[in-house]
Amino acid sequence: MITRRGFLTGSAGALALGAVTSACGGVGGKSTSGGGGASKGDTGAISIQGMGKPDDVAQARIDAFKSAYPKVQVNINEGDFDPQQFLSAVASGNPPDIVYLDRDLVGTYAAKGAVQPLDDHLDKAGLKTSLYRPAAVREVTIDGKVYGVPEFYDTRNILMSGKALQSAGLTAADLATSDWDKLHTNTVKLYKANGGKISRIGFDPKLPEFLPLWAKANGAELINPDGSPKLDDPKIIEALTFALSLIDEQGGWSKFKAFRDTWDLFGAKNEFQKDQAGAFPWEGWYVNVLVQATPKLNLESIPFTDRQGKPISFSNGSAWCLPKGSKNPAAAVNWMKTMTATDTWIKAGAAREATVEKNKSIFTGLWTGNPTADAQIKAKYVKPGDTGFDKAIQNYYASTEYAFSIAPSKAGSEIKTAWTDAVNRALSGQQKPDAAMKQAQSEAAKAFSAVK
Amino acid sequence: MAAVTTAATRVRQKKRKGTRSREARAAYGFIGIWIVGFLVFTLGPMIASLVLSFTDYNAISSPHNVGWANYRQMFSDPKVGKALANTLVYAVIYVPAAMVVALALAMVLNRVGRASGFFRTVFYLPVMTPPVAAGALFLLLLNGNQGLLNRTLHLVGINGPNWTTDTAWVKPGLALTMLWGVGGMVVIYLAALRQVPKDLYEAASLDGAGAWMRFRKITLPMISGALFFTLIVQTISALQMFDQAYTMFFGGQQNSTYSNDAALFYVIYLFQQGFGFLHMGYASALAWLLFIVIMIITAIQVRVSRRFVYYEGERD
Repeated sequence: MITRRGFLTGSAGALALGAVTSACGGVGGKSTSGGGGASKGDTGAISIQGMGKPDDVAQARIDAFKSAYPKVQVNINEGDFDPQQFLSAVASGNPPDIVYLDRDLVGTYAAKGAVQPLDDHLDKAGLKTSLYRPAAVREVTIDGKVYGVPEFYDTRNILMSGKALQSAGLTAADLATSDWDKLHTNTVKLYKANGGKISRIGFDPKLPEFLPLWAKANGAELINPDGSPKLDDPKIIEALTFALSLIDEQGGWSKFKAFRDTWDLFGAKNEFQKDQAGAFPWEGWYVNVLVQATPKLNLESIPFTDRQGKPISFSNGSAWCLPKGSKNPAAAVNWMKTMTATDTWIKAGAAREATVEKNKSIFTGLWTGNPTADAQIKAKYVKPGDTGFDKAIQNYYASTEYAFSIAPSKAGSEIKTAWTDAVNRALSGQQKPDAAMKQAQSEAAKAFSAVK
Repeated sequence: MAAVTTAATRVRQKKRKGTRSREARAAYGFIGIWIVGFLVFTLGPMIASLVLSFTDYNAISSPHNVGWANYRQMFSDPKVGKALANTLVYAVIYVPAAMVVALALAMVLNRVGRASGFFRTVFYLPVMTPPVAAGALFLLLLNGNQGLLNRTLHLVGINGPNWTTDTAWVKPGLALTMLWGVGGMVVIYLAALRQVPKDLYEAASLDGAGAWMRFRKITLPMISGALFFTLIVQTISALQMFDQAYTMFFGGQQNSTYSNDAALFYVIYLFQQGFGFLHMGYASALAWLLFIVIMIITAIQVRVSRRFVYYEGERD
């Protein structure tokens, strides 16, 4: 018994072999070349991994593809991207034809050869990357080669509770991120606690995930254009120190996070409705959540700005990639092209509008990697107005024009883990911000030099 | 006459041999399936992982030999030490706690009588709960602000800690979470308690032994085999902690971006290296280090157990 348990323990080491041998029960699906038609990509089958369960916007675009390529059988694995499943499938020679993943992961998978460069395929399909937002294309371009077709495009702005602002005698402008001293003071004003227990967070800087935004506000980026990390930049450490000070003023990380974890983010009794939150930066999709759950909410919003007052936002999103060994690449690229084409997005916009009408709600926008589609959808479905929701929607549309993306890196995963862990160590008080970021830089630099 | 006897003996011997042979074949037939499974799914991958631990391998390209580099890297990687320390601390908290709780529950069940079957099932049910679901559930129960645990503690005047966000309380919180699944141990202990001869207790009572003395001098020695078995199995399981910790702190729940270092258990780090960063060779080396650590701890436990474990029929 002991021996066997020991062997089982040792077989944890077989993770690597498991990747080779398991084949994950055909997660890649059974795609076929489709014979002579495969070069055009209009026959055969394609299997897709990482897409998740389609919503109205995704389903409309799937239908558009099926309509354009009726002879291509589409097999969608409805789970979210799972690195273990994906790698097992690729290593066992049974990869999906398409994988859908976050753009910040593309560099790591490209460096290992798990996904293929798309340049030749895009040329053959007549698909130009100029169709997409440059910041999104930048994220999937490694060593001058494009490894993914951008899909959604998330940006960040500051959302606020008008009710909370009024109760503290503040205005939205008082929480501008251009003046850090003022922001600090007003965060404390907006914060509420009863008997040592937090009852309202004044301003949540959204750490660790929004560190790139705070760093950019202070004039620094986490990754150099060549993909190397610069996590110990004094400006980044200064930005982290400031963002941490906001949390320290609001009960400290342990209490702050425990309180934040009680928020009903997606429900009718969300943190704004229950007066548990004053303000925080967030992605645009959250406006849609809020308008569905609490349509009468007194929402306010302002752009995130750098310390000179210039609006900034950081963007990320998902991408379609071609795994190594994809058996029907032509159809896969047709899928990527169709799913991100302007007219397909317009159909998706129509589907979302139908959902909105059914729910008697408002159209809060679709933000994609295709700016032409975004402009047309906005013109067609976004109704002008001056409510808090309307202004928030306008802010998110505006931020798509100036948002930056983090430079791609072949060690993207390692670098992200390094800085995320560093911020967490600083948040939990295990390290000071400078020591944490210096350790992160050491870890990230080591990882980068290993793949360079 | 002698010839007839010899012939009969030969026939009997032949029959016995035939019976033995049939039994042996049946035995091999039964264990053969397990042996095939062991070779294909355990020993084979183990050997492969040992080979891979000496390579640079990313699961996509062919592995290439790097000698002892992966093992050397482990000694300069601060996260290996951190993850090992976290794992050992957790095991030290969880294993004794689980054994005490399970034994207490088993002793209660042992007194329940006919209804014990029902309660045995009830206690075992949590073992059937998927670890991911349990992890998500316990994030809510252990929330320092509004979690059920702290609200209960508050009723008796205790201001509970932030179990999921305070680094000092993350591992105790997780250990508490894992007590949810002691049902399997309860069943083992209950079976062991039922095997303790009642006349031992009667004799001890006649000699004036109280409840504590009977527990110490009779119950514990008589079930020491079961205690030792669960000690080994639970220690190994604790050293392989993954599911709940990953769900609660790394895998997409509300803490997914708050990958608390205090919850960085060894197998989670191994998983990150293997499937997050595609360092399969390094992950294999990490797995072998864990294997060696587990073997050493198990060997120590076996050695120490000789002084404490009573095997009926082996000792006076």
